[in-house]
Amino acid sequence: MKEREHSFELDWWLLFIVMVICSVGLLEIYSSTHSGPLHGMQWKQLAWIGIGFAGMLALSRIDYSGLLDQSLLLYLLSLGALAVALVVGSKHFGARRWIEIWGVDLQVSELVKLIIIIVLARYFSEVRTERLTLADLVKIGLLVGVPAGLILLQPDLGTAMALVPVAIAGAFLAGINWKHAVGVLTLGAVVAVAGWNGHFLKSYQKQRLATFLNPEESPRGAGYQILQSEIAVGSGGFWGKGFGKGSQNQLGFVPVRYSDFILAALAEEQGFFGVLITLLLYLALLLRLVDNAQKAKDRAGMFLVMGVAAIFAFQVLVNAGMVIGYMPVTGIPLPFMSYGGSSTIFGFLALGLVMNVRTKRFVN
Amino acid sequence: MANWIGSDQKLPQGRLILVSYVVVLETILLLIGFWKLQIVQSGHFADLAEKNRIRSIPIIAPRGKILDRYGRVIVDNYPSFSILLLRDDPAQIQKDLPQITTGLGVTADDLKQQLLEARDEPKFQPVIVKPEASDADLAFVESHRADLPELELMMVQRRKYPPDDFMAHVIGYVGEVSPEQLAQSGGDRYKPGDIVGKAGLERQYNDILTGTDGMRRVIVNSIGKPVRTLDDTEPIPGKPIQLTIDADLQRVAEEELTGKIGAMVALDPRTGETLAMASRPAFDPNDFAIRISRKEWTDLNDNPDKPLLNRAIQAQLAPGSVFKILESVAMLESGVPPPDFHVFCPGYGVFYGQVRHDWYPKGHGEVSLHEAIVHSCDIFFYNVGERLGIDRLSYYATALGLGKRTGIDLPSEESGLVPSSDWVERVYHHKWYPGSTISLAIGQGPIEVTPIQLLRSISGIAMDGVFYQPHLLKDFSPMKVTKFPISQNTIEQVVDGMYGVVNEDGGTGHELGYPILAQAKLQDVQFCGKTGTAQTISSQGLLRMAAAERGHFGYNTWFVGFAPKHNPEIAVAVLVQDTHLEAGGVAAPLAARFIKAYYQKKLGQPIEELQLAQAVPQKAGARAQEVAAAPAARNQ
Repeated sequence: MKEREHSFELDWWLLFIVMVICSVGLLEIYSSTHSGPLHGMQWKQLAWIGIGFAGMLALSRIDYSGLLDQSLLLYLLSLGALAVALVVGSKHFGARRWIEIWGVDLQVSELVKLIIIIVLARYFSEVRTERLTLADLVKIGLLVGVPAGLILLQPDLGTAMALVPVAIAGAFLAGINWKHAVGVLTLGAVVAVAGWNGHFLKSYQKQRLATFLNPEESPRGAGYQILQSEIAVGSGGFWGKGFGKGSQNQLGFVPVRYSDFILAALAEEQGFFGVLITLLLYLALLLRLVDNAQKAKDRAGMFLVMGVAAIFAFQVLVNAGMVIGYMPVTGIPLPFMSYGGSSTIFGFLALGLVMNVRTKRFVN
Repeated sequence: MANWIGSDQKLPQGRLILVSYVVVLETILLLIGFWKLQIVQSGHFADLAEKNRIRSIPIIAPRGKILDRYGRVIVDNYPSFSILLLRDDPAQIQKDLPQITTGLGVTADDLKQQLLEARDEPKFQPVIVKPEASDADLAFVESHRADLPELELMMVQRRKYPPDDFMAHVIGYVGEVSPEQLAQSGGDRYKPGDIVGKAGLERQYNDILTGTDGMRRVIVNSIGKPVRTLDDTEPIPGKPIQLTIDADLQRVAEEELTGKIGAMVALDPRTGETLAMASRPAFDPNDFAIRISRKEWTDLNDNPDKPLLNRAIQAQLAPGSVFKILESVAMLESGVPPPDFHVFCPGYGVFYGQVRHDWYPKGHGEVSLHEAIVHSCDIFFYNVGERLGIDRLSYYATALGLGKRTGIDLPSEESGLVPSSDWVERVYHHKWYPGSTISLAIGQGPIEVTPIQLLRSISGIAMDGVFYQPHLLKDFSPMKVTKFPISQNTIEQVVDGMYGVVNEDGGTGHELGYPILAQAKLQDVQFCGKTGTAQTISSQGLLRMAAAERGHFGYNTWFVGFAPKHNPEIAVAVLVQDTHLEAGGVAAPLAARFIKAYYQKKLGQPIEELQLAQAVPQKAGARAQEVAAAPAARNQ
């Protein structure tokens, strides 16, 4: 099946952008942790990057049409894994979302994100109508809703939410009836507004819900975390306080400054200039993904690439928005920058899918 | 290329381009968000970051010392540790509460109450669990550094007051600044938790004694632990104050009063310098210096003997027969009745239709002014009072310093009261009863004086009508000197009478006063004075009271005196309340012993009273027996 001359081609530009983002992340992880008990964390992150990179290379060599063929099996496996994680998974910060493999706790939901991208790509690529029907939308809703519900039970609102943009982006690209789109968006908005503004909930219930959904929160509460993050960002000014010199970061005022709030640490030490460079890097990454999608061999490949782009775009939006206080604290990491094994590996495996699609672009 | 992309495989290129616009929009929106924080509001957040990381810890300036007239230290400071409870982590505190309370020996209820009261304070402001940590407490904190990180030690300079309640009322005490004082100061002079003088000299001279707190700026991390010190502003200690008090004489005065209710004040009539001021019962200012518990405070406040009252300046009582000295001045100066006025005293007299008795039922016989002062003849002074009338009596009493504050440099001095016909009409809306003048003539009725007032008055008379403002601060200024012209003849006669009280046979202060000085070979110091005895409650008050309660009230006995006869250098007033013995039996020997101590010190001899105090700790009891056993107790 494979033609030797086209069997393996990496998107070097994409890889370059990702590697720059990873390097910025490593530097900021070093700056945030070098003086404390967590020092040396950047080496662990480097190891995750290495593992992720290997995973990317491996995945880019597997024919994605094979993966699409197995999507039902993969989907069932992922549901099973989520159920297992809920029942026997190891508990961290009050949430069951890790399964221990080879002595390393892996976050199952990160793998599920990858599988949902594959499953939805398969579903969307098989739609032959100009517009998605209502039945399509219900099926897509169920496909995403079941694993999202299981992830919500862990509980992990952020990752559950991260599945939704894959469906939205896919539906948009596959073609959606305006009435349906308005209906779905209205339904989503009503649920979201009701949930967050608490028309049905009293404030203490909201508090409990928030605590339930975000067990990692320190006792000082999300308000304190966001304020400290805003102080870090705001006090950075245009040029920043300098590498390793951010008081909010170095003295520990910024919560989980090496992971979820790494952009706050960067904003404090590198200023608006650093943020500008970083966000432009992400913009370049996303545009490069869209470019790959445009050049995909078939619709399935395009949906795969755009699924990856949707998740990355969502994570950047929610994470950066959280750091400046525009989004709730949901524990969504910044791709390739935040410290974390599972999220880093997911990022590279997702890249592997993209490379895979690219490799096959000239293959008939 | 295009030929192998079938129609069913057509990619939605237009939508993909739309998606890339969305991604660009997302980036722009996020950048606007960061711009607002990092450029528009960066100053505001930079301030917040500084406040976050830099904490100013006050370095408490020690208060100025309080010294006696010879520079001997009366009030000092000592370093001490307070144990603080950091309130950053309420959950941790809840968990550790039992361990903390048992370890430090505080009650859980008290600590919870403190935390409740502090709940509106900023989180970084700790609660003081224990203001004065013992060695055991310090060891507890040190050994639990790891598992009880919320406990912290703070070194403070604490007030060290002398033992045995020494000078308690004069010194006063310090305490945390009250909300009222905070409001008054407008927020810049005091801050919450500041220690300020609350009573006595500590309050009077708070501005001198208070230093300027220093400041240590430290960088703290997110849990409030100091990481490193930025800079220190050294505290400026408060300035010391030197008093006019002679600690030895003060000690003598306090020893004299031990076990009694009363006051003793001594001053130099030539300057107004207060050499001793004692009031008993007293309290221990050290109880206030740490933190007085509600119970201790209630006990002190509700004690019927009023230990917090500085009787030397706050007890307002009838002066009894001491008033006869002022009356004598009034008589001689106004010429009513004439100086050679004399009466026959049969032991009683009828005035305005009411029979009045002399304290000496057998009567004093034929008495002139001199004998009347020496023997304290009531009948003589009833007659003088009747002739002088209320307006003259009231004028001279006021002119000689009664009914108004002396201006001594202590807070809360009382003014006393000199009645007058105007006053009665203003307050009671009726005319002055002439019979009241008769009571006033022997220092009874609605007249109220404080010991310091009476002392200033008698000292001024002995000083030929020059009244110095009593004071406690060595460098007191400006000093008010009041002159009231009194003829030399008047002073001569009155002082002669007072000399007779102590030094003539039959003088009301002779039998118990003179021997004390004579035994110490000090009979030549020319100690002059006047005894006084007054009912503890007004006649009206007695009438209002149930009969059973009346017997409970004894006499207030006075002795006010000075030495020597001319150009006096020492004056002393003694008040003993609620005694069942009369003045000659109680107050006069106290005054005599004080004068003896004064001269023994002046002549460089050992002060007998102090040696006695050291040798026999139970002196109070012994002295009481001695007094009780004294003969001729009904001596006025």
